[in-house]
Amino acid sequence: MRLRWPSPVPRRATAALAALFAVLAVAPIVANNYQLSVLTLVLYYAYVGQAWNIMFGFAGLLSLGHALFIGIGSYASAALFVHFGIGPWAGVFLAVALAVAVGCFIALLGFRFAISGVYFALLTIAFAEFTRIVCDHIGWLGATEGLFLPVSSRSRIDLANLRGPPEMFYYLMLTLTFAALGVSRWLLHSKLGYCWRAIRDDPEAAAATGVNVFWCRMAAVAISCAASGIAGVWYAFYYNNLFPEIAFDIGKSIEITFAPIVGGVGTLFGPVLGAFLLFPLGELITGATQRLGLEGIKQFIWGIAVVAIVLLRPSGVWPWLWGILGLAETGEEVRP
Amino acid sequence: MSTALLLVRGVSKRFRGLAAVRDVSFAVPRGAIFALIGPNGAGKTTMFNMIAGMLRPDAGAIALAGLSLVGKRPDVICRAGVGRTFQIVRPFRGMTVEENVTVGALVWTNDVAAARAHAREVLELLELAGKRSAEVHSLTLPDRKRLEVARALATKPKLLLLDEAMAGLRPTEVDRMLGLLRYLNAAHGLTILLIEHVMRAVMALAQHVIVLHHGEIIAAGSPGEVTRDRAVLDSYLGAAVP
Repeated sequence: MRLRWPSPVPRRATAALAALFAVLAVAPIVANNYQLSVLTLVLYYAYVGQAWNIMFGFAGLLSLGHALFIGIGSYASAALFVHFGIGPWAGVFLAVALAVAVGCFIALLGFRFAISGVYFALLTIAFAEFTRIVCDHIGWLGATEGLFLPVSSRSRIDLANLRGPPEMFYYLMLTLTFAALGVSRWLLHSKLGYCWRAIRDDPEAAAATGVNVFWCRMAAVAISCAASGIAGVWYAFYYNNLFPEIAFDIGKSIEITFAPIVGGVGTLFGPVLGAFLLFPLGELITGATQRLGLEGIKQFIWGIAVVAIVLLRPSGVWPWLWGILGLAETGEEVRP
Repeated sequence: MSTALLLVRGVSKRFRGLAAVRDVSFAVPRGAIFALIGPNGAGKTTMFNMIAGMLRPDAGAIALAGLSLVGKRPDVICRAGVGRTFQIVRPFRGMTVEENVTVGALVWTNDVAAARAHAREVLELLELAGKRSAEVHSLTLPDRKRLEVARALATKPKLLLLDEAMAGLRPTEVDRMLGLLRYLNAAHGLTILLIEHVMRAVMALAQHVIVLHHGEIIAAGSPGEVTRDRAVLDSYLGAAVP
């Protein structure tokens, strides 16, 4: 298969994306530390949302335990760094391999015993939960006390060991987010993308049309988990501390799904848009209500946003906005 | 029959206590149009599902051009050259008409552009070209039926299994479908096995008719012979009280 765009990117969409990239690229110059941390968080959720979207949005496999694959990536790379001094650029290979292996194992169990839909989602939750419990008891990984990466001077950029100022992590995540957009688009328009969408809509009819359902689903799981594993490495080196209670928390898994659901499940730009809508909103609300002592107000508002989207625009904000903005010049863009 | 494309021998299938198909044997020669008819619950769709790999027969052999299909997965059987449609249409609802058909063409090519090009040709043939960018939910039933056939045809099958592709169509639409199937058969040598309740279509199209009743073949022959057969009339209209 030749590596090329199977269909042209609509020109206006390209221009809009380029403009967004340019704005985000210069943002650290004008943003203060707090704003930069919020933007970094937005990009992080845009990226992991895209990873999750490959499995559920493209191939129809609902994972509600995606924090597991990110957490595995985090712990694998952090443990290598802390215990053996192996840098993240080498560690990322083990992180990805482990995340993919665990993801494929769960998927294999699911497919072997024909566990699908909500039950598959329960399976992913179960694995995330018991990985959390197991990690709580592994001293080598810091157990409940947490695993800490040595923090050095944050003003020097040491790209090889991912030690440096917040701007470095911001630009890394910006690169990852846009790379994920490119890869997602290429995948969606590839043979695999067509097969995924066919399986998502009707697995039996897809099989009768010659689609190898098992391998296509496995590919979706592997790609999604690999992307999540990479996110985990970034996460570990950005936050410098890992706790099982946080890394494998079910709340984290749920949070990953918010951006794609609000932006548009199965769409290319939906997860990115959703992240830009939800996370700054969450921060604003948290800031505005800080003095009132309303804990969990952010999650509450997000919950309302998700319910509103599911009821009013089940296909998400992006498909609707996309039509208004007239970004579909060729009519060839993949719709949700 | 050495020229048989599809060979079914001694095939049986039980669903718990119910024998859905009992010791059915027939052979469809290359380039033929065969019809499988019978009252509701006669085992026609079960027979199709066994040929297409969605069900595994309890006993018997099914072979396409000498290749055994028993125990093979549906996608493998599709790649081997069996295209099928579903009685209740099952389009990919999140995809456009052209994308639906493209999935079929991707069976024989990895090149998405080539698959799309072929999909357009097939849609042209089925008079759906004008609706290629349409969402599936906007299609009328006759168009959905045609889409179902288009998707199966795009896989370039040797044998096309049509499960009531004409049910619910108006007479003029039945005629269009008949014309298309005759053309595919004559021009491309496509072998067709169809389940059909529209007797006019069966009479006009099929060279050979197999009648199933309670899972067994009760008659087989030309459309004329079969419709005069006493057992067939009894199965459809109810047996005379002895």
